[in-house]
Amino acid sequence: MTQAADFEDLLRAALAPVEPPADLSTRLETTLSNLTELAADELEAWELSSIRDPRNWMRPAAAAVVGTTAGVALVAVRARRRGKARQAQGGNVLDLAEGTLRALADEAGRLLGPDQRSR
Amino acid sequence: MEPPNPKEQLDREFSDLYRAHLRDVYSYAYYRIGNHHDAEDLTEQTFLQAYRHFERAQRESDGRPLRPWLIRIAHNLAANYYRDRSRKPQTPIDDATVLTAPHTTESLVEGREELQSIIEGIEQLPDDRREALIMRFALGMDNREIARAMGRSDGATKVLLHRATKQLEEIVVRPEPAA
Repeated sequence: MTQAADFEDLLRAALAPVEPPADLSTRLETTLSNLTELAADELEAWELSSIRDPRNWMRPAAAAVVGTTAGVALVAVRARRRGKARQAQGGNVLDLAEGTLRALADEAGRLLGPDQRSR
Repeated sequence: MEPPNPKEQLDREFSDLYRAHLRDVYSYAYYRIGNHHDAEDLTEQTFLQAYRHFERAQRESDGRPLRPWLIRIAHNLAANYYRDRSRKPQTPIDDATVLTAPHTTESLVEGREELQSIIEGIEQLPDDRREALIMRFALGMDNREIARAMGRSDGATKVLLHRATKQLEEIVVRPEPAA
């Protein structure tokens, strides 16, 4: 029993914890903090640009996955889904673009509600 | 004062997990892989992957500690490391191990050879036995934690640890074959 305990002590000494290099900690902390900030920045930038730039309306709402409840994200996602459905039914590119813009306007209107729409 | 939003809260909890277990993950990676360079990469990858799945892990952990989950990620990544590059641990884990580990100078000088023979013995063990010993003695994990990290039952883990220790003891005390 004592011998077994001694051997375990030796094992514990041989496998003593290894301190990670300081630069690893720094690097990892920077990476992780960039990662969390990136998600937030990405979301903010996308929300602003998506209002101004129609090209972003069709962009997959990756930032929304981060957990936003922003109406803009919802509009884009729903409109995109409808655009896909229309695409599946056929039609030319102009029809598709027109339909997509209409869907965006409708969806935004639905979210804002009748009171705000009439203002 | 406003309560923190769920994402901030999650990030803060991940940060706590990272600080609490960076040394565990690095120690595991180092003893598993055998060199500092790849151990750093493995540690980094482990935490990045953990961050991606942290929310779900927290939800499913039911309040149990997440260290076994972290070590399991490192274990899977280490398995990929060997599979992808068809490598085995770089043996022997050189003297740097003993030097970087927090031993006292005295014990270092006195027990250095003995410790080195144990390290070399560990490298001769089958993977699962070696891992179990690393988790127990380098990380101080109990049977239940090791069982969760290795995806085994508590009973099977106890047997695994017992056999690993016995086999290692035999390797270390085995007399040198006569020339």
